[in-house]
Amino acid sequence: MTPLIHIRNLAIGFPKAGEPNTVVRGLDLTIHRGESVALVGESGSGKSVTARSLVGLTGTGAKLTADVFDIDGENALDFHERSWRQLRGNKIGFVLQDALVSLDPLRRISQQLSDALGDGSFFRRQDRHGESLTLLNSVGIPDPARRLTQYPHQLSGGLRQRALIATAIARGPALVIADEPTTALDATVQKQILDLLAERRRAGNTLLLISHDLAIVSRLADRVLVMRNGQVVEQGPTAEILSAPSHPYTRQLLDAIPSASSRGYRLSPAGHEARITAATTQVPATAKSAERRRLLLPPKSIDPQRKVLTVDHLFKRYGSGAASSLVVNDVSFKLAAGESLGIVGESGSGKTTVARIVLGLVAPDAGRVLIDGRPWSQLTEAQRRTHRAGIQLIAQDALSSFDPRYTVERIVGESLDSVAIFGAERKRRVLEVLDAVRLGPAFLTRHPRELSGGQRQRIAIARAFAPRPKLLVADEPVSALDVSIQAQVLDLLAELQAASGTSLLFISHDLGVVHHLTDRVVVMKEGRIVETGNVSAVFAAPRHSYTQALLEAIPTLA
Amino acid sequence: MDVENVTALRQVPVSPASRHFSLMRATLLSQVLGRVGSGILVLWAAITLSFISLHVAPGDIVSLLIGEQLRTPVIEAAIRAEWGLDEPLFSQYLSYLWRVLHGDFGRSYILQTDVATLILSQILPTLKLTAAALVVAVVFAVISAVATAGLRWPRRIAGAMELVLVSTPSFWLGIVLLFIFSFTLKLFPVAGDRTFSALVLPALSLGLSLGAVIGQVLREGLERALEEPFALTVRSWGANGLTLRLRHGLRHAALPAVTLTGWLIGNLLSGAVITEQVFGRPGLGKITVDAVLGKDLPVVLAVAILSAFIYVVLSTLVDILYLLIDPRLRART
Repeated sequence: MTPLIHIRNLAIGFPKAGEPNTVVRGLDLTIHRGESVALVGESGSGKSVTARSLVGLTGTGAKLTADVFDIDGENALDFHERSWRQLRGNKIGFVLQDALVSLDPLRRISQQLSDALGDGSFFRRQDRHGESLTLLNSVGIPDPARRLTQYPHQLSGGLRQRALIATAIARGPALVIADEPTTALDATVQKQILDLLAERRRAGNTLLLISHDLAIVSRLADRVLVMRNGQVVEQGPTAEILSAPSHPYTRQLLDAIPSASSRGYRLSPAGHEARITAATTQVPATAKSAERRRLLLPPKSIDPQRKVLTVDHLFKRYGSGAASSLVVNDVSFKLAAGESLGIVGESGSGKTTVARIVLGLVAPDAGRVLIDGRPWSQLTEAQRRTHRAGIQLIAQDALSSFDPRYTVERIVGESLDSVAIFGAERKRRVLEVLDAVRLGPAFLTRHPRELSGGQRQRIAIARAFAPRPKLLVADEPVSALDVSIQAQVLDLLAELQAASGTSLLFISHDLGVVHHLTDRVVVMKEGRIVETGNVSAVFAAPRHSYTQALLEAIPTLA
Repeated sequence: MDVENVTALRQVPVSPASRHFSLMRATLLSQVLGRVGSGILVLWAAITLSFISLHVAPGDIVSLLIGEQLRTPVIEAAIRAEWGLDEPLFSQYLSYLWRVLHGDFGRSYILQTDVATLILSQILPTLKLTAAALVVAVVFAVISAVATAGLRWPRRIAGAMELVLVSTPSFWLGIVLLFIFSFTLKLFPVAGDRTFSALVLPALSLGLSLGAVIGQVLREGLERALEEPFALTVRSWGANGLTLRLRHGLRHAALPAVTLTGWLIGNLLSGAVITEQVFGRPGLGKITVDAVLGKDLPVVLAVAILSAFIYVVLSTLVDILYLLIDPRLRART
């Protein structure tokens, strides 16, 4: 039987100004019916472009060459736009990440499903109510009749992503390509979507999964291709690749996954720094063979007697009357000097509001925040201002937290205004913190747009550490990053925290990251703390059902 | 939204859902009513301002209202009676408000006629011209934007054409059109407002430059929309380019274009003055110019209030259109 996809020696480039700008080279890919194949790699590895080439949507200006490029036995190199259009949706369905922007925000779900069910022409269009209902049912959307009349923004993240999947499978395509289908989702929602895809896989559907997350891949794929810089560096059956990777890059990707077993160790390879070799340790006896020798992180010094942050019975209500909701409901916790406390919860759990109250940006309705045992939340802004340097924030989206017209020197230096460090001394401190985040003096004159995502987050960290704060609030600092970049940033945070003795309030929806990095954890749901304690204890034996659900939802390497 | 989702997962019966919709419709309606209400407020302010301006203007009110007409005791008495000038200022204001609300803008002593009847007789040709120009503008803008967005050479050519149209004064365009189509080809009448064909050239000369401006905004919006992730999704369903542009992109692009169009229609009314002159058409423009030159204050005041009314109607319409175009702007509860 002919394979569904048969590609030999694929190369894709975006020629510009005489340069070929090749993003994919020498790629071989064969997908048989009923198979589930994954392309894995970090952003820029060429995995998405490869996926898009299968539906002829690589974009204008792309130059595609291949020795063989067959889709269901037909030579797609000869395809014109019309042939591609007939193929899209019919033979190959495509699911993108983040349905909030991947579905048309201005059209109802019913209209979009009718569009997806139709043949894509403008004039022959009809409302396909019955078929749409069946589709929404098949992706597990409850109350589909009501959902049909809604707009994407009125659905929760999980329902939205299901609706997007429904549009992709509308005309029963032989192959569904899912490009990072769960990247923007909470853990429990992610699990639902992965379950849906796994169910389709069991039913014999063919799937091509694009992801940077090996844990997701391990649940869904029969075969994995690991891509780096446009080339496949390793491929094989999923279990084999994950348990005995032969290529160093695959190992690096596996090591980068933060989890319980990575606690206290570095996630990223240390690079060219010589001092690391001495610190190399043996693997814990229980570790799987995939985990090779890891490098130890420097130890933290925690002073449990000195409470840097005390949060005392906080309440916060948004809105008024019947429409109001209690966003923070009786939240209390303490954070000692040098300690890391994780706040875990899904979107809407109130964790970001707690962070804003701690930062003194939002006033609580009741309760108080103490810093170093002294009042903080009750102060006026003018009284607070002189102490603001002691509490710094690292935001999720570094880029939007920078003034786009500032240079790196100014961005980092600005945080020293509040501690009155100016002139030559300021420059020295800026260089010092930049060096601490492994960025050389060449970065001083750069602008935010000229930096990569990882570099931006390092600058944000440098800026936060520059005024030597006693408390650092990090709100989902690595959520927008690839696994390998996330590994580097987490390592940096751990190192700098150990060196400076700063306390860390770490907010995240990713339990793996929290387990790896923090000492104690607070689990929040609908504004309440449902469970708190030592991170290893809580995650090893969760008492609350919600914590259990969260932990079960984490995709782990199978 | 999250809370709503949780309830949905528990398979709630249908009735809360229908309640949800009537709630949504109610919020949309209340938003529309709110905008209409603020429009009425603006209108009241405009009427009040025109009343105040009459009273703070230098000189005696009677001679202001008479304008260049001869002042006789008979006319003076008539004006005093009509405007209630012997009554206290506040009751003058109330009766002025009352009259304006009833469409009574007083009498023009220069033209010897009721201002309301004068304006009513002239507003129709102007509205006809404006509407026709608007149709020309929108059709031109949509075709030019949809046909050329994202295409390298076509968009350059269309952009250049639009630049020429925007920078050409509409009266000059009118004269050129007259020369080609009326005097040389004799396809359309030179002047007047009797037949539909007499509307074609004025509408083109007024509407094309407007369409060029809207077209540029529309094309930019369309190109932005086509770059959005959802455009990729729509194409992955096998949609052709026309479907993507018309059914999905255009609605996104319409948001900025609708705002701009609202503003520009306001300008169209003043732009119509010159076009009406060039094509010898009757209309509001001509009586406005005459009234200003002849210092015919009752007519000037009426035109001022009328244009405030038109702006209010347009901006209210634009706001409502916004709500219809973008469901995300409707109340988020």
